[in-house]
Amino acid sequence: MDVGVILGNGLREAFGPTAAYFALLAIGLNVHYGYTGLANFGQVGFSLVGSYGVGIVVAELGWSLWAGVVVGLLAGIVLALLLGFPTLRLRGDYFAIVTIAAAEILRLVVRSDYFVTLTEANTPQGGPFGYGDLAFEFRELNPFTSSLDIGSGIGLPTWNYPSSQLWSLTVTWSLVILVSLGVWLLMRSPWGRVIKAIREDEDAVRSLGKNAFSYKMQSLVIGGVIGSLGGVMLAIQNSSVTDLSFQPINTFFAYAVLLLGGTATRWGPAVGAMIFWFLFTGTTSLLAQLDDGFLPSFLTNTNGRGAVTLSAVGLVIMLLMIFRPQGLMGRKQELLLHE
Amino acid sequence: MSDVTVRAEIPAEPGSPKPDPILRVEQVRRTFGGLVAVDVDHLEIQRGVITGLIGPNGAGKTTFFNLMTGFDRANQGTWSFDGVDLTGVSPHRAAQRGMVRTFQLTKALSKLTVLENMKLGATDQVGETLWRAPLRWLWRDQEQEIVERADELLARFQLDHMRDEYAGTLSGGQRKLLEMARALMVNPTLVMLDEPMAGVNPALTQSLLDHVRSLPGMGMTVVFVEHDMDVVSNISDWVVCMAEGAIIAEGPPQSVTSNPAVIDAYLGEQHDDPSFQEPPDGGQGDQAPPDGGHGDRVAPADNDGASDA
Repeated sequence: MDVGVILGNGLREAFGPTAAYFALLAIGLNVHYGYTGLANFGQVGFSLVGSYGVGIVVAELGWSLWAGVVVGLLAGIVLALLLGFPTLRLRGDYFAIVTIAAAEILRLVVRSDYFVTLTEANTPQGGPFGYGDLAFEFRELNPFTSSLDIGSGIGLPTWNYPSSQLWSLTVTWSLVILVSLGVWLLMRSPWGRVIKAIREDEDAVRSLGKNAFSYKMQSLVIGGVIGSLGGVMLAIQNSSVTDLSFQPINTFFAYAVLLLGGTATRWGPAVGAMIFWFLFTGTTSLLAQLDDGFLPSFLTNTNGRGAVTLSAVGLVIMLLMIFRPQGLMGRKQELLLHE
Repeated sequence: MSDVTVRAEIPAEPGSPKPDPILRVEQVRRTFGGLVAVDVDHLEIQRGVITGLIGPNGAGKTTFFNLMTGFDRANQGTWSFDGVDLTGVSPHRAAQRGMVRTFQLTKALSKLTVLENMKLGATDQVGETLWRAPLRWLWRDQEQEIVERADELLARFQLDHMRDEYAGTLSGGQRKLLEMARALMVNPTLVMLDEPMAGVNPALTQSLLDHVRSLPGMGMTVVFVEHDMDVVSNISDWVVCMAEGAIIAEGPPQSVTSNPAVIDAYLGEQHDDPSFQEPPDGGQGDQAPPDGGHGDRVAPADNDGASDA
C-alpha cells in the first residue's frame, strides 16, 4: 500500500476544479440554507441551467462562450424567480420538496430525445448526448504553458495538474474566493441581518416592518445565481455538458460540503469542499490499493469501491455531526442555543 | 389626555365611541370552519392610553391581534389605523405604519446577539437594500445612530449587560423585555402586546409593568392582552373584554371587572341561555352550572382574578 499515492490523489482532488465547483454550489446553498434557512434541495437545478445555458448557446446557436456565460447566469435568476413566487410562501419542508422536484424535472427535460440535433460534423448532440467543444475560447486565454507538479523533489506526496486543468481550477477557485468575499460583505450588512433574522423567525421579522418575502426572494436569486455560476464553470472545465452531472446526489454532496465546513460561516463551503473531495478521492484510492486480496474483492473492485466510498464518507459526516456538529469552521455556541 | 378624563367622557359600553380613536374597527369577523373566532361589531381604541384586552381562553384576543396586524386575514370587516384603512394589509406594512406587535410566545432571534435584535427593529435602514448592503460607507453613519438608540433602550430595559450575548442565552423574562424594547426600535405609535407578562418571574413583572406604563408618556398607545386581573387593573386606563369572539364589555378597570357579563364569561354562567340544556358536565363544581361542554371557556387561572373584582 502506497500512502503517498493515496494522499497525492486526495490532495489533487482537494485543490482540483471539481472541489472548486462544489465549493460554488455550497456557497449558494450557504446563502439559502445557512443564512436564510431556505432548505433548497434542488441546488443542482441552478447548476444545470448554468451549464446548459453555456451548452445551448455555444453548441446549438453557435454564439460566443461569453454569451453562454451570461445566458447561464441569467437562467439562474429566472429559475429562482420561477421557483420563488409560488413556493416561498410555503413552510420549510414543502419548499424542499418543490426544489428537489424542480431540479429533477429540469434534468429529465434536458436529457429528453426531443432535443437531439446533429452537429456540422454530423454527430448527434443534445438530449442524452449532451454538448461538447464548448470552452475553446476559454482555453485560448490559458496563460499556463506547462503542467504543475506539486511535491516532487520534497518527498511524499506528489500530484500534478495538466496546464488546461490548472487554468480552469485557478479561475474557479478565484471565483470561489471572490464570491465568498461578496457573500461575507452582504451578510455583515443590515441586509444580512434581516436575512439571518428570517432564518430564526420570519414572523418576528414581519412584525418589525420588513418584507420577509422579498428578502427570501433576493436570497434565493443570489444563492441560485452562485449555483449557476458553478454550472457555468463546470461546463467550461469539462468543455462539455451532460445530464449525468446533475443527478440529485450532487445537491447532497454540496450539502455534505456545507455541513463539513460549517453552515453560515465565511470559508466553510470552500474548506468543506476541499475536505470532502480529499476524503472522497482518498478513500477511493485507498480501496483501489487494498484490491489485492487484503479485503474481500466485492468491496474493493471497481464496482464496489464507489459504494464503499460513499458509505465511508457518510460515516465521516455522521461522526462529524456527533463530535463537531457546528462543522469545521462553525461556532459551537450557536448550536447550543435553542428557540 | 389623562386617563381620568377618558374615563369620565366615555360611556362604559361595548363599542362606545372615543374622542380620539387611533384604531377603529368595523364589523370584523373571522371564522375557522364553524367556529366564530372573532366577531367584533365596533371597537375604538383611544389614542395615548393603555387599553387592556381581557377575556377567557379562546375568546379571540390573539386572533383579533393577528387580524389587526395582518398576520391573519379577516372574512369580512374593515379597520383603520390613524385614519388610514389597513384592512387586509400585510404584516410588514402594518408595522411600517406604526402598529407594532409582540407575540404571546416570545420571538427573540436566538442566534443574533441582543444588540443585533435591537438593530433589526430600526426602520428605513439604508443598508437593508441589496445593492447598498456591500457598500459599508453608505450605511455606517446610520448604523452608528441606530446603535446609540438601541443602547439607550437596552439601558432602560436593563439589558445593557447582555448587549453582546446571543439572544438565545436570555431568560424568558429577559426575552419579553428584549421583544418589547425591539418593538420600540420601530418607533411605533401603537404597541400591541400579546400577554407581555406570561411566564415572567414575579421579580421582573414590576419592571415590565413600569415599562408598559411609561409608553404613553413617550407618545405611544398601548393595547395589551393579559389574564392576570391584578395586572390589568394596575396599569390599564381602559379595559375591553372579549368572549366568544365578541366585545361584551368595556370601561374603566373597576367597572369591567365587576360587570356581571364579564364574570359570566369567565365563570361560564349560562342561566339565561336557552340553548344550553345539556346536563352539567361534571367537574365544574357548584361554581359553574351547565356549561354544555364548553370547558375551555372556564379558565381556572382567571377565576381568582375575576372574583377579586
